[in-house]
Amino acid sequence: MIHQYKSNGYNIVLDVNSGAVHVVDEVTYDVIALFEEKTKEEIIEALETTYAASEIEEAYEEVKTLKEEEQLFTEDIYEKYMTDFKNRKTVVKAMCLHIAHDCNLACRYCFAEEGEYHGRRALMSLEVGKKALDFLIENSGSRVNLEVDFFGGEPLMNWDVVKELVKYGRSREKECNKNFRFTLTTNGVLLNDEIMEFANKEMANVVMSLDGRPEVNDFNRPFRNGKGSYELIVPKFQELAKQREDMSYYVRGTFTREHLDFSEDVKHYADLGFKHMSIEPVVAPPEEPYALREEDIPKILEEYDKLAAEYIKRKKEGKGFNFFHFNIDLEQGPCVAKRLSGCGSGTEYLAVTPWGDFYPCHQFVGNEEFLMGNVYEGITRTDIQDEFKMCNVYAKPKCRECFARYYCSGGCAANAYNFHGNINDAYDIGCEMQRKRVECAIMIKAALSDYEEN
Amino acid sequence: MKHIKTLTKKTLKNTMAKGGCGECQTSCQSACKTSCTVGNQSCESQK
Repeated sequence: MIHQYKSNGYNIVLDVNSGAVHVVDEVTYDVIALFEEKTKEEIIEALETTYAASEIEEAYEEVKTLKEEEQLFTEDIYEKYMTDFKNRKTVVKAMCLHIAHDCNLACRYCFAEEGEYHGRRALMSLEVGKKALDFLIENSGSRVNLEVDFFGGEPLMNWDVVKELVKYGRSREKECNKNFRFTLTTNGVLLNDEIMEFANKEMANVVMSLDGRPEVNDFNRPFRNGKGSYELIVPKFQELAKQREDMSYYVRGTFTREHLDFSEDVKHYADLGFKHMSIEPVVAPPEEPYALREEDIPKILEEYDKLAAEYIKRKKEGKGFNFFHFNIDLEQGPCVAKRLSGCGSGTEYLAVTPWGDFYPCHQFVGNEEFLMGNVYEGITRTDIQDEFKMCNVYAKPKCRECFARYYCSGGCAANAYNFHGNINDAYDIGCEMQRKRVECAIMIKAALSDYEEN
Repeated sequence: MKHIKTLTKKTLKNTMAKGGCGECQTSCQSACKTSCTVGNQSCESQK
């Protein structure tokens, strides 16, 4: 399978199943489009009004060589391998702890409904949190690295429990031969020096929620009294980012149909001095005014192009930034098993509510159909686990035809469920955006490779 | 080659032999939390 596209002056050819990526000239681009259906003579005949026959022939020979080297037109040989892989016993390796179902902001688009997840306000007790970590340790088999994200609502509203859980986790690492990687996702309202110091010592990554320009952030992310949050949180985030210069952090925003010009928000992050950032499309029921619609797609795709151009420009000026979705490692990225096996929700990854219930991931929390068990009894609905276990790109008909499947692993199960009532479907608008992000990321590699050579 | 510049050679097939150790980061524990992205993650065993 081949995916070929033109972007920012580059003709790019992706050999989907081998992972090879080529930049080609015009004649080769046209030869590749015909290569599988026509003979060499037919291709020359079809293209000779545009190119010299000798050029077409040369291009044809180069394409043929790459095909022989399994770098073009390779077949998908992974289906059986992946079926065997997915049939293996899975272990739990990551948890999203809903440390607080409460929030001090009232973001317009929050899927957690101001932190409450269609339920009641609640804080996780230390006891429930410890039980969750015990469950993770006991069910993680021989995996060494265990990931625990402190999530909410707003986790800083239950900060003492976060600190105690980190202490507890660390106390069990040695005896159990485990290494906890704690992460924190925060809106920044309660950040202070003490919290920053602790986070820098203990948190492998911190995700700071900010929606970009002041007017956009304050429209989307107000306090409950309607006042904007930008002014309070930005200086704190800047300080934390400065302190974490050599550690991982992300400034992360959400864009909605009410502010589609999100490339401006990413530029704003960079102008504020942040180096690592991401902006994500809102996940929302279609009837909401801020939900993305089919008709917004052209504008959104244009924004990704603008963002990619800005990314390259700033990199060349020595003022580069890292945009999460453009950060594709073509050489040493994940193995094919990881790429095709899905996100791991419901099997390797679980969300835990403040009262200890398990859900396949944070996006399913509050939907009782997906309640899988709890920290006291373990997984009681193994049928849900089994359903998620077999969720991978080969279970999704739409993915079979899509070049991006090796980059998105079949997409978000929760999005698929929200839009189609089936975790093995795909959220089409999300897929369009994902494909565009992958195309941009690869074009950036081509552009930067050119720049480095010259 | 005159017409083709290869940015990356084939990489995926070779990862079948030793892949799947699972020590790598779960995709939603990264920055996104809303869209599954694996292409930009790093392999733990190559670190």
